[in-house]
Amino acid sequence: MNMSNLVRSGANIMMPFILVYGFYIVVHGHLTPGGGFQGGAVIATAVVLLMVAYSRADVFASIPKNVLKNSETAGLLLFIGTALLALTAGIAFFGNWLLGAGSLFGTPVAFGINPGDINTGGIIPILNIAVGIEVLGAMGILLLVMLGGMKGDAE
Amino acid sequence: MIELLVHILLLAGLVISAFMVWHMDDLISAAIAFGAFSFLLSLEFLMLQAPDVAIAEAGIGAGLTTAIFVIAIRGTEKDGGASE
Repeated sequence: MNMSNLVRSGANIMMPFILVYGFYIVVHGHLTPGGGFQGGAVIATAVVLLMVAYSRADVFASIPKNVLKNSETAGLLLFIGTALLALTAGIAFFGNWLLGAGSLFGTPVAFGINPGDINTGGIIPILNIAVGIEVLGAMGILLLVMLGGMKGDAE
Repeated sequence: MIELLVHILLLAGLVISAFMVWHMDDLISAAIAFGAFSFLLSLEFLMLQAPDVAIAEAGIGAGLTTAIFVIAIRGTEKDGGASE
């Protein structure tokens, strides 16, 4: 059962903006309010909007379950892998081995009040992105499984 | 002063939308009223200087929970004249 044309058009128009806002919250997690969990939930809202607006057959055809499952696993592996890499750098588990290295996210933080530089924080942005991917996959698979438990509606 | 006014408006809206969830006969309307309740609650969190909680409430409460309710209601069948 498709929702009405109005609902589907609204979902099509709203979805890219919700996606961009969610990615913004995830990537700026170490500078502004929000972070991996909140941003991942907002991205999952965009995916769920499609599930609500379109019929069951369309959803299962266009949103593959394996992609969501693999993204959840990849997020968890990235999180624990980033934490374990600190051991190879000679510091404690979850130590910030990227901080001040000058490479990715390695710029030292400026002193005093400043507008904020996204290229700071060491491993914290990487952990935020990992949590964002994981929450996106988990919420998506939750709703997809729930949709799969419904009685089949007329095509 | 203006802040107190916004607080009072938001709290009144919370009470009204919570009453609407109970009052609506149509299940979809009740789910949408619950989404409005979550949205007003996230605005109240923002007014109370907790933007982190406000984003989580807007994403989980107003987005995902409403979608779960709508999907669950779509899975049911309308039974004629089953009020009370």
